[in-house]
Amino acid sequence: MTETLSNLALGFSIALSPPILFYAFLGCFVGTLVGVLPGVGPLAGISLLLPATFGLDATRAIVMLAGIYYGAMYGGSTTSILMRIPGEAASVMTCIDGYAMARKGRAGAALTIAAVGSYLAGSASVVGLMLLAPPLALFALRFGPPEYFALLMLGLLVLAYMSSGSMLKSLAMATLGLLLGMIGIDQMTGYFRYAYGVVELGDGIGVVPVAVGLFGLAEILATAGLATPPQVVKPKLRELLPTRQEWRESAWPIGRGTVLGFLIGIVPGSAHIIASFVSYAVERKLSKRPEEFGQGAVAGVAGPESANNSATSGAFVPMLALGVPSGPIPAVMLAAMMVHGVAPGPLLIKQQPELFWGFIASMYVGNVVLLILNLPLVGLFVNVLRVPYPILYPSIIAFCILGVYAVNGSVVDVWIMLLMGVLGYLLRKLGFETAPIVLGVVLAPMIEMALRQSLAMSDGQYSIFVSRPIAGTLLLVGLILIILGLKPLVTRGLDWRARLALAEKGQEQP
Amino acid sequence: MPVVLALVLLGFGALVFLLGGGAPGLAAIGWSEWRHAVAIFLVCAFAALALERLGFRLTIALSLAFLLGVVERKGVAVTAAVSIVFAGAAFFLFDTLLRVPLPRGPFGL
Repeated sequence: MTETLSNLALGFSIALSPPILFYAFLGCFVGTLVGVLPGVGPLAGISLLLPATFGLDATRAIVMLAGIYYGAMYGGSTTSILMRIPGEAASVMTCIDGYAMARKGRAGAALTIAAVGSYLAGSASVVGLMLLAPPLALFALRFGPPEYFALLMLGLLVLAYMSSGSMLKSLAMATLGLLLGMIGIDQMTGYFRYAYGVVELGDGIGVVPVAVGLFGLAEILATAGLATPPQVVKPKLRELLPTRQEWRESAWPIGRGTVLGFLIGIVPGSAHIIASFVSYAVERKLSKRPEEFGQGAVAGVAGPESANNSATSGAFVPMLALGVPSGPIPAVMLAAMMVHGVAPGPLLIKQQPELFWGFIASMYVGNVVLLILNLPLVGLFVNVLRVPYPILYPSIIAFCILGVYAVNGSVVDVWIMLLMGVLGYLLRKLGFETAPIVLGVVLAPMIEMALRQSLAMSDGQYSIFVSRPIAGTLLLVGLILIILGLKPLVTRGLDWRARLALAEKGQEQP
Repeated sequence: MPVVLALVLLGFGALVFLLGGGAPGLAAIGWSEWRHAVAIFLVCAFAALALERLGFRLTIALSLAFLLGVVERKGVAVTAAVSIVFAGAAFFLFDTLLRVPLPRGPFGL
C-alpha cells in the first residue's frame, strides 16, 4: 500500500505539472465537443484526433487522448438530456429520463446530476484501477503464448456475448474482423497476404480507418438524408443546482452505478453500453416508484451516467495490465499508445512507472477538469448543435478524411475508410453490430502470433491449450458463453441481449 | 489460419441465412436516405482520388462545395464561405500549427 501511495505521489507530480494539466484540459474540452456532435462518438473522436498528438511526447499524448475519451463520454450525455439524441450508444439510457427531466424544466439539474455522478464514479473507479492493475500485471507475467491465445479468444467471445442483438451475427462480425486483420505481411514467414500488390497494405489494415469508417462515416451515410431537426432545450445557469430531494434520490444510484460499472468495465465487451443498461434496470427494480422511470426519474439519470463513466476506467484495467483491449475504444487507445512507442502490458508498470502512474493521476485530474469545464460551458456546447445538420455533416466528413489521411499520410487509408463506411452502413441497416469487427482487426495479429507460438512450443499438438490450467479454464469459460449465447436459438425466447437491442432502437423500455 | 477463418465465416453466414427466415425483408428496412448516401460516397471517392493531386485545401473545398451547394442546396454565399474557411482553417490548424503534413497541390495550395 505504501508503495502504491508513493507511486501515486510520483504520478501526481507529473499530472499536476502545467503542461500535462493543459493537455488534460484540452483533451477534455475537445472530447466534449466531439461527444456533443451527432455521429462522432468517442471511438471515431479518438481516431480522428490521434494525428493531433503526433507532435507530443508519450505522456502528454496519452493524457490528452484519455481526456478526449472522458470528454466524449460526457458530451454524449449532454445531447441525451437536452435533445434526446444519444451522442454515443452508452447514453441511450440517459435519454429516457434525462430528456423527460428537461421537458419538466429540470434540464440543469439533470446535467448537474450527470456531471457529479460521472465525476464521483470516475474518481472511485480510478482507485479500483490503481489497486487492481498492478497485481493483475504481476499475475499476467506467468502467461505464455497458450494463455494469451485463450485470453484473446475469450475477449472476442465475451464481446460477442455482451453485444446487443444476435450472438451469431456478432460472432460472424468478429470473424470478419479477424479475417481483415490477416491482411499484410505474415509475421512468421514474411509473406505478403491479400495485399494484391498494394505496398501500403503490407502493414495490414489500420484500426483508425476501420473505426472511423464503421462508426463515423457509416453514421453519416445513415443519417444525412433524414433531416428532422430535433428541439434543443437550453438550460439557464441558475437552474443548474438540483434540489435537496434530487440529491437524496441520486446518492444511492450513483454508488450502485459506480460499483456495477467498474465490475462490468473489466469484462471485455461494449462495457460502458452494457453498464448503463444494467444500471438502469437495477435502479428501476429497486425503486419504490418504478412507474416514474421514463417520466423523469432522477435515479434513471444518476445510475446509468455513473455506471458508464465507471466502466470507462474499468476498461483500462485489462488494457494497461495485460495489454489486451477489452473493446473497440480501448483497442484504439492501445493502437494510439503503440504509435507513441508505449507497449501496454505487464511490463509497462515496471519499465515506465512515470507514464503508468502519471496516466492514473491524470485520470483523477481529468475528472475534476470535466466537472469544472462542463457545467459552466454547457451553453457553448449546446450552441454547436444549433449549427444545421446539412452544414455540420459535410464538415465531419472533411475531418474524417483529414484524420484518417494524417495517421500514415496514405490515401489507401482513405479508401479503406470509405469501404468500411459503406460496409458499416449496410451492416447497420441489416442489424449487425460493427464493434466486433474493430476488435477483430486489432486482435488478429496477436491471436495468430500466440497460436503459432503455442503450436511451435507443442510440436503442433493442439492439446497444449487444454493441458495448461489457465488456458484450459479460459477456453472453457468461452465455450460456456457460446452455449449460453446460442440458447435463445433453441428456446426461441427474447434474452437480455435481444431486449437491449430493442431498447437501443427505442422500441421497448428495458 | 485465414482459410479456417474464411470457413468459419461461411458457416456463420449459412446459419444466419437459415435462421433468418422470420426477419423483415430488405424493402421493409427503409432506404429513404440512399440518394444522400450515394452522393456522400461519390464525394469521398473524389476526395480520395484528388487529395494528393489537387492538394488538401482544394480537394476539401471542392468536396464541401459540392455537398453544400449541390446535395444540400445551400446558397452560393454560404457554400463558398463554409467551404473556403473550413478548408483553410483545417489546413492551418493541422499542417501549420500541429505540424501534421498535409498534401499540397498546384501553386502550393
